[in-house]
Amino acid sequence: MAYSSDQIEVMNSIIKRYPRSRSAIMPLLHYVQSLAGFVTNEGIEEIAMLLELETAEVTAVATFYTQYKRRPVGEYHVGVCTNTLCAVMGGDAIFAALKDHLGVENDGVTADGKVSLEHIECNAACDYAPVVMANWEFYDNQNVESAKDLVDSMRKGTPKPPTRGPNSLVTWKEASAVLAGLNDGKANEGLQAGEPTLLGLKLSKEGK
Amino acid sequence: MTKLAPVLSAHWDEKDSFTIEAYTRHGGYKASAKALAMDPDAVIQLVKDSGLRGRGGAGFPTGMKWGFIPQGDNKDHYLVVNADESEPGTCKDTPLLMANPHVLIEGCIIACHAIRAKHAFIYIRGEVTHVVRRLNQAIEDAYKAGHLGKGIDVVLHVGAGAYICGEETALLDSLEGFRGQPRLRPPFPAIAGLYARPTVVNNVESISSVPAIVANGAEWYQAMGTEKSKGTTLYSLSGHVNNPGQFEAPLGITLREILDFAGGVRTGHKLKFWTPGGSSTPLFTDQHLDVPLDYEGVSAAGSMLGTKALQIFDETTCVVRAVLRWTEFYKHESCGKCTPCREGTWWLVQILRDLENGVGTEADLAKLLDLCDNIMGRSFCALGDGATSPITSSIKYFRDEYIAHLTNGGCPFDPVKSTLFSGANA
Repeated sequence: MAYSSDQIEVMNSIIKRYPRSRSAIMPLLHYVQSLAGFVTNEGIEEIAMLLELETAEVTAVATFYTQYKRRPVGEYHVGVCTNTLCAVMGGDAIFAALKDHLGVENDGVTADGKVSLEHIECNAACDYAPVVMANWEFYDNQNVESAKDLVDSMRKGTPKPPTRGPNSLVTWKEASAVLAGLNDGKANEGLQAGEPTLLGLKLSKEGK
Repeated sequence: MTKLAPVLSAHWDEKDSFTIEAYTRHGGYKASAKALAMDPDAVIQLVKDSGLRGRGGAGFPTGMKWGFIPQGDNKDHYLVVNADESEPGTCKDTPLLMANPHVLIEGCIIACHAIRAKHAFIYIRGEVTHVVRRLNQAIEDAYKAGHLGKGIDVVLHVGAGAYICGEETALLDSLEGFRGQPRLRPPFPAIAGLYARPTVVNNVESISSVPAIVANGAEWYQAMGTEKSKGTTLYSLSGHVNNPGQFEAPLGITLREILDFAGGVRTGHKLKFWTPGGSSTPLFTDQHLDVPLDYEGVSAAGSMLGTKALQIFDETTCVVRAVLRWTEFYKHESCGKCTPCREGTWWLVQILRDLENGVGTEADLAKLLDLCDNIMGRSFCALGDGATSPITSSIKYFRDEYIAHLTNGGCPFDPVKSTLFSGANA
């Protein structure tokens, strides 16, 4: 697909954030991912052209980082933390149940293109374990049933909202645009903190 | 009994705590105004005097790091904030930034002034969409309010899923637009960092601690903590406890005290092993409940304070399974640059899998330790070193459990019992 002049303008504005243009490669990859849903060859070629690099140099970066996908994922990309703490507390059971429930393997996408599944590493929310992410939004304190309900809601097109995140779950493409640094106006939505985050503060106010 | 001491977390319980209005309501951006009116060297001295040490794991004195930046060299200087929080168990910077991104921005302004930098970059991991939103909005609002854009610019850079980018030189390579792979030191970033220019790389919590130090003075900060570990810090308690969460306390508090606050290990169970500062810090057991959790105390007991990520595991958890999973993580995240780490972590996984499945032999334990010996200290960065920590410490404390896997012909534990929703909690 050819990029529109508006899209090229966004890409140029991303490049202008940095003293040296090559630094823009990561946000540009997030941005082309937000347009096609994954990093396409066209996206790599466009970035190479804008940054005056070889396509091989851009491909080298795109393939190093796991968040850049080289083939389509679901509209809702679900990650189950199976690093040690979440795994032990239920992440392994959740991941196994979701594979079975969705009929996909790790990195698989459902036939309707709605949900893809991946096991992920520690996502910095261990006090909310077991943790599931969708489009990199937090779904805290999950269990097998709640995780199945979550993916069912996605397949019906009415995904449950994140536990700490915006009022509703954005799509994979929309989330990728946020990661490219574009403001979707949802920063003020949702909780400032969940209960575990506030526990020490609460106890301190009680004199502990 | 140590008392909790919320400073960073003081206003997190207000619904709008992440907005510039809330931050300003509590005196926000007054510290940066005060610092900007000071001589930069005086700001560095103030941070040195406070005793603040790096909160990202290594504990290097923050003021001293700032002081390493050459002055009058007519080069651009950079501040880079490491917000790539990915060490397993670590979950402090993410809630901090979700609840109060402005404190980091104000810290950036003060640090930039001190080290004579015009540009700060915040490198945040890419797997936290809402935190990226909050931080991006906060930067926009700080520009609108005139705190940024008058000589100091802050740019948010979003990573894309690579643990190695939490290593400061890999982070710099990534920020320059390359694969994130560590650099050989020297030269250190203070001399040749981002774009080969003098650069300070600090953790989110370190920089976020600076505004309160400037506002209240070095003596106020010095009064908290222990002899060589000053101030307050975020301890993140997770795992098999009744009430996990963030506990901001003076350095030197013990796990026994924190567990007391958290209602103890989950009811009906007992503490088996724990990490003081993430998976790269050697495991502790129930013998270490009274170790002061400061840089010296944890180190004297054979581990590292690290990121103060206290992951608690009770007696239902198989230590071999836990260590195997961490090792699989290190193998996956090894960037592949250095042979001992790339090949070594691969072999560690193979041997640990055999042991967990009960098909190894006792000689494999010696082989594991030998491999660890050949990984430790032999690569550009500490990822490989970190991979050896859970292995060597678990063999030290739980050798019998490894052997039990062999005599049992497999794992003797029921993984269901360690889950939260097994009814094992009843």
